Amino acid sequence: MDFVRTLGAESLGLIHRLGRMGIFLVKGFAFCVSPPIKVALVLKQIRFFGFQSLSVIFLTGAFTGMVLGFQGFNTLSRFGSDAFLGPMVGLSLIKEMGPVISALMVTGRAGSSVTAEIGIMRISEQIDALELMGLNPYRYLIVPNIIAALISMPLLTAVFDVVGIFGGYLIGVKLLGVGSGVYFGEMINYVEMRDVMEGLFKSLNFGVIISWVCCFKGYYTGYDTGFGAEGVSKATTQAVVLSSVLILVWDYFMTSTLF
Amino acid sequence: MIRVQNLYKSFGKTEVLKGISFEVVKGEILALIGRSGYGKSVLLKHLSGSLKADRGEVFVDGRDLASLKGRNLRELRDRLGFLFQSGALFDSMTIFENVAFPLREKTSLGEEDIRDRVMYELDQVGLIGSEKKYPSQVSGGMVKRAALARALIEEPEIMLFDEPTTGLDPLTGEAILSLIHSCHERVRFTGIIVTHEIPRIFAVVNKVAMLHDGVILFEGSPEDIMSSEDPLVQSFISVGSGVKR
Repeated sequence: MDFVRTLGAESLGLIHRLGRMGIFLVKGFAFCVSPPIKVALVLKQIRFFGFQSLSVIFLTGAFTGMVLGFQGFNTLSRFGSDAFLGPMVGLSLIKEMGPVISALMVTGRAGSSVTAEIGIMRISEQIDALELMGLNPYRYLIVPNIIAALISMPLLTAVFDVVGIFGGYLIGVKLLGVGSGVYFGEMINYVEMRDVMEGLFKSLNFGVIISWVCCFKGYYTGYDTGFGAEGVSKATTQAVVLSSVLILVWDYFMTSTLF
Repeated sequence: MIRVQNLYKSFGKTEVLKGISFEVVKGEILALIGRSGYGKSVLLKHLSGSLKADRGEVFVDGRDLASLKGRNLRELRDRLGFLFQSGALFDSMTIFENVAFPLREKTSLGEEDIRDRVMYELDQVGLIGSEKKYPSQVSGGMVKRAALARALIEEPEIMLFDEPTTGLDPLTGEAILSLIHSCHERVRFTGIIVTHEIPRIFAVVNKVAMLHDGVILFEGSPEDIMSSEDPLVQSFISVGSGVKR
């Protein structure tokens, strides 16, 4: 009987938490499209999400492209198809690895910070202070992050793709001897605009996931995670893990159903 | 101005408020005293609309707080100032920016006017010279004074204070109480102060209510409470006064 009671309570708790997350997302989007938008805060968060993530995107993009160059060449040369290294690197990066790895990097770098910052504001009553001033905390804490992530993610993904393609070029062409014209020529032949749009669409989705999950976990610090520094720490961990898992699951869902 | 009627609140199986009723008229300050953990801060959160009662009503100017949502609740909060126990200053902003924040966000005042108002308020709380510092760079007493300046910058009609002197040394605590008194003289807000500052608080307030075990055990003027013959009230008052000595 206790088992049934516990199972019921856990199930109800799960439904309650999912409902709260859903309402949080709907409210976040609703305030994104209803003025006033805090433009200065949006710009600040674009700088934080986008500009300040550039170095990590450059690094990971370059090394991902270089690894693809090596592995692609080794595999394709077994079939005598090393001329297709360009399309292989390009398509892998543009359709899949660019959006996914960029999103995972931004989750670790910016998403965790956002959760910790909002979580600390929650436990130190700064969010309550905003509410008691008659101000809407969503407009100050949630909306700027959602808009910033939506703008930054496709741009970061584009940078990742370009840097990665040049990483693959460096290895394939300069180190392993594939012709430069072949590398880019075949890429132009096989990569279509539809592939680029697919990658950018995915990155938009991942931007929503990162801002939604990380803001939610920070905003509700103390509800499911315990209070104090430990609560913020748990919320941050949960935000990074949940965002990363959702990115991979949603990526599979989009790839298998939409493209 | 503020009327609490038969208020009940439980958290799980713990009943914190068990039928609280009292009234504060316009321009009056009420001190809410009682032992820690007996629901004083919970009661204050009901008055600000942050918590919803299980039963009973809180009326502000005749309007039931529980019926207010969205814009109506925000309009009421525009008339309300709240001093948090921790100060709750925004830690990424300087003292000046914290005090200016409500004016920048809620009024159409120009930057020059905002500066004048903020500097006046900082002068009132003795924080001129610290306006460029961040909350982490100043003492607890200065944080409380800055929070008081932020709460008063819009000249609210209602002020709620949650243990404004807790954690401060006696001199700083005295300074905060004097500030509240002088601000009341200036702004004439209606106030409720949750405090343990006995008997110093009696010089600041018009009325005292003692909360005990979820009910109002005593309500009356500071003079009345000093002469109360209720043994619980007397023991609380005398221990409080004794500690101060």
